[in-house]
Amino acid sequence: MESKIRKICERYEADRCFLVPILQDVQQALNYLPRAALEQVGVELGIPLSRVYEVATFYRAFSLQPRGRTHLSLCTGTACHVRGAPLVREHLERRLGIRAGETTPDLAYTFETVNCLGACALGPILTVNGEYHGHITMAKADKILKKMEKGVETDEQD
Amino acid sequence: MNRIDSPAALQTLRDEIRSARDPERPCITICAGSGCLAYGTRDLVDHFREEIGRHGLEGLVELRTSGCHGFCERGPMAVIDPQRIYYQRIGLEDAREIIEKTILGGEIIDRLLYEDPLTGQRIVRVDDVPFYKKQLRVVFGGNGTIDPEKIEDYIGIGGYEALAKVLSAMKPEEVVRQVGEAGLRGRGGGGFPAGRKWAATRQAAGSPKYVICNADEGDPGAYMDRSLLEGNPHSVLEGMIIGAYAVGAGLGYVYVRNEYPLAVRNISQAVGKARECGLLGADILGSGFGFDVLITRGGGAFVCGESSALFASIEGRAGEPRAKYVHATDKGLFDRPTCLNNVETWANVPLIIRNGVSWYRNIGTAGSKGTKIFSLVGKINNTGLVEVPMGTTLREIIFDIGGGIPGGRRFKAVQTGGPSGGCIPEQFLDMAVDFDALTEIGSMMGSGGMIVMDERTCMVDVAKYFLRFLEEESCGKCTPCREGILQMRRILDRITEGEGKMDDLETLTWMGAAIKDGALCALGQSAPNPVLTTLRYFREEYEAHIRDKRCPAGVCKALISYVVDSEACTGCHVCARVCPSGAVEGEKKEVHRIDAAICIRCGACYEACKFDAIKII
Repeated sequence: MESKIRKICERYEADRCFLVPILQDVQQALNYLPRAALEQVGVELGIPLSRVYEVATFYRAFSLQPRGRTHLSLCTGTACHVRGAPLVREHLERRLGIRAGETTPDLAYTFETVNCLGACALGPILTVNGEYHGHITMAKADKILKKMEKGVETDEQD
Repeated sequence: MNRIDSPAALQTLRDEIRSARDPERPCITICAGSGCLAYGTRDLVDHFREEIGRHGLEGLVELRTSGCHGFCERGPMAVIDPQRIYYQRIGLEDAREIIEKTILGGEIIDRLLYEDPLTGQRIVRVDDVPFYKKQLRVVFGGNGTIDPEKIEDYIGIGGYEALAKVLSAMKPEEVVRQVGEAGLRGRGGGGFPAGRKWAATRQAAGSPKYVICNADEGDPGAYMDRSLLEGNPHSVLEGMIIGAYAVGAGLGYVYVRNEYPLAVRNISQAVGKARECGLLGADILGSGFGFDVLITRGGGAFVCGESSALFASIEGRAGEPRAKYVHATDKGLFDRPTCLNNVETWANVPLIIRNGVSWYRNIGTAGSKGTKIFSLVGKINNTGLVEVPMGTTLREIIFDIGGGIPGGRRFKAVQTGGPSGGCIPEQFLDMAVDFDALTEIGSMMGSGGMIVMDERTCMVDVAKYFLRFLEEESCGKCTPCREGILQMRRILDRITEGEGKMDDLETLTWMGAAIKDGALCALGQSAPNPVLTTLRYFREEYEAHIRDKRCPAGVCKALISYVVDSEACTGCHVCARVCPSGAVEGEKKEVHRIDAAICIRCGACYEACKFDAIKII
């Protein structure tokens, strides 16, 4: 982890102005932002941990908790909202047993909402590990989950 | 590509690019905007490439992927030149047929044409499709014809011509004057005159100076900035370089939402290409003027679209706004004079320089010049991006271009301006849309989102939606915004749960006024707008929730029940299967019944019923 973080910081010439993109890259490399990573970024950039923590907790994009293997993100922009996204959101919360913004205890899923993906013609939209699924309904969401669960099982058999 | 070291060299290159193009050679331009990519356009492009290869047409047929064509509802789509044939909702298997029939056989495939829902007529040419025909696509026009990854495509359609003109023949003051005279107003929300901002930055003491492109497009339902960055990034860059020359800046930033990966990629690539060609960096086009651009990705905070919060974010801090006793044009980024404009505003600049001030002033209304790109979304037939002259009426946009409301439902309202804007009722459909008209009726232009709502949209729920959005996105620095929005939202929660009091409406009104007066930045100051406009125009809906304990649109859970229409129910049992709470009773082939005491109003039965037998009352 240490060398990964150092490399990322070097890429931005350890310029503290790039704290946000640096943390984005670190999160991408590590899946989330563990405390040790925040500490190291602070040291590399010469800023106190409190500053790093402030930024890491201010922006929605950052997670200080480990995130699930499958990342579900439901667009709740206005267009998706009026086309029924709230019902899909509640349905997924019920199915996964977690609230939006949380991760299942077995780290299988993280379920989040996003303000707007700007693909309103396809609304409501659910992204699964970055892949778009348009015109999502409760039934479609179920199908996706079923597929994911099967996929997970076969992975484990392998 | 080689460095272009003078305006003359640029012109030579443009002539070469143009003469190398055979206008008669067939060209398939496929929309590869984010929307169409989500439909699976990448695979479609592969299929086309394969088919072109299989028929030995390499070099004879050009295959081009472009940015967003705007008609997102109809993707995946392609335009076939030189005939300008418009094919929409193209499936993977259609690629072969298009190559064989249309490209080789000159035959039109009826099935893939757009059918005008009003006349039932199938339309061949893209320019005849009503959605496009009634638009004036001057800023957005390049999107459909160029490959955003190819700088030569942009140069070919006149790109960087304005920059060459500015650097070789205009003083910075003259550029500022022209932008001011053109009447260009900021497309990001406030509509502040760009010329005044530029002049103030130019005159401000202090250096270095910065220009910033605000691409933190946070208004839900608005995606024109993303489409411009994805589809025509060089037009935005060209605007920024001209702006930098005019105000005297040496460095610029593009602050772009991280939720837009393709936009980040395309603008980054464009910056790289521009540097390679000497259009960014030192001594641009041999003029002695130097300027460079850095890309910063946002962190998913809506408030960072506010200028001072955006500066804080670029500086590597939490994006909290500050009071603006001192303007950004004097002390902005790193406390230096900064000229910040939105993506669409920057993209307008080259057009003004190239076509002239009077050309630009001829488009639009007295107070709002030029065109505006709107994203027409929600309960609308033709979802997409629409560019029209300022002053076009809502009716023309929603009905003539947007094709009206799906399912024969009735128009109820159109929401403009995102969380800062308001809901506009039917009575204003014939209003000519510009900055001032929208403000006058309590809404605002914002970045151009237009979310259409029908009779099944609850206006109290929409107001609550925006408050919840803003409550989450409030940075928490000032009390009126942090606490006020929360309290207003709690009142709306009560109303939608059937526990509201008539007094609540007065409370909402004065609280809204207090937040407007007291909040620190535009996010807070405009936060009450969705509530205040719905109160003003849809008061009877609030009253129905409070007095009659009824949600007329059938949305608010506490006030609705799902029931089975015994005439329509076939007893197929699907509703009982999907019901998560076991609330549906009844044997197969018999009329079902929903037990209201157990029903959690999740809507699963309503969604699953194929016979329209579940009703919301």
